[in-house]
Amino acid sequence: MSQAATATHVYEPAETPLTPESWGKLGMWIFLAGDAVGFGTLLAGYGVMRATSGDWPNPYAVLGINLTALMTFLLICSSVTMVKALEWLGKGDRDRAIKFLLYTALGGTIFVSLQAYEWTHLIHRGLHINGNPWGASLFGTSFFLVTGFHGLHVSGGVIYLVSMVRWVMNRPDPAASYNAVEICGLYWHFVDLVWIMVFTFLYLL
Amino acid sequence: MATTAHKHPNYMAIFWWLAILTVVELAVVFMPLSKLTIGVLLCGLALGKAALVAAYFMHLKFETKTLTWIAFTPLAIATLLVFVLLPDGLAVLKKTVGVKPATEAPAHK
Repeated sequence: MSQAATATHVYEPAETPLTPESWGKLGMWIFLAGDAVGFGTLLAGYGVMRATSGDWPNPYAVLGINLTALMTFLLICSSVTMVKALEWLGKGDRDRAIKFLLYTALGGTIFVSLQAYEWTHLIHRGLHINGNPWGASLFGTSFFLVTGFHGLHVSGGVIYLVSMVRWVMNRPDPAASYNAVEICGLYWHFVDLVWIMVFTFLYLL
Repeated sequence: MATTAHKHPNYMAIFWWLAILTVVELAVVFMPLSKLTIGVLLCGLALGKAALVAAYFMHLKFETKTLTWIAFTPLAIATLLVFVLLPDGLAVLKKTVGVKPATEAPAHK
């Protein structure tokens, strides 16, 4: 090995000590930590606005929780299909992995469609971004901002999942796409994790 | 770069735990308890569900501890932010409490 190559090895290690199998995974974790700060800020701001408002409406009475409980269950199911896709890929069954990736994308698509239905229904009942008939006008602002930001993440996740299907299909060796699917899974489970918090803070509390 | 497959836990068991905890959350909302108790219970249940997703679905349980610290940092920042924002919010509440909103718009001249 030349001196230059040795020097490069010293300054640019091929493996990260945090995620030895992949730099990409570390990159995704750092991205998710940054994204979590964004969601954390929104939820913390929501909590303070609500706690210090004199006329905040009762969320589960106004928004209803039957549909969102179903959406929560759907997202949990899609997280299971995501880990199953990774598990099948680990076992070398590419076809089953693709099938489960498509189930996950379908779960995400249904979730976003239900959210669009919920928004339409609430807007017709008078919930707007700048006001509502039940109390504090920031109730609508925070609702649309938080659920909209999350919905954008789910939509992005569906696109990511579909691109992963193509990625796996283009690689005959299942081991060649394992790492990329695991990184995609991290994003998808993060979206599920955030919804668990959003469902509790915006709808149940 | 080497690709290593993770140990896969029993995902269906995690799924059932998440489903059961969601049902418990929905039941807690309608329980005859004080608002504070309901709030504490719901926050605890949500954090429990989030921990299950992070530990098993995101495989954080099988990663190095440093990665867990990275993942927990946003939670600490968000908690800190609540305490940073509260004094401002409480000051607004103190000024607006008891002030009745205008019921009629002033007539145009």
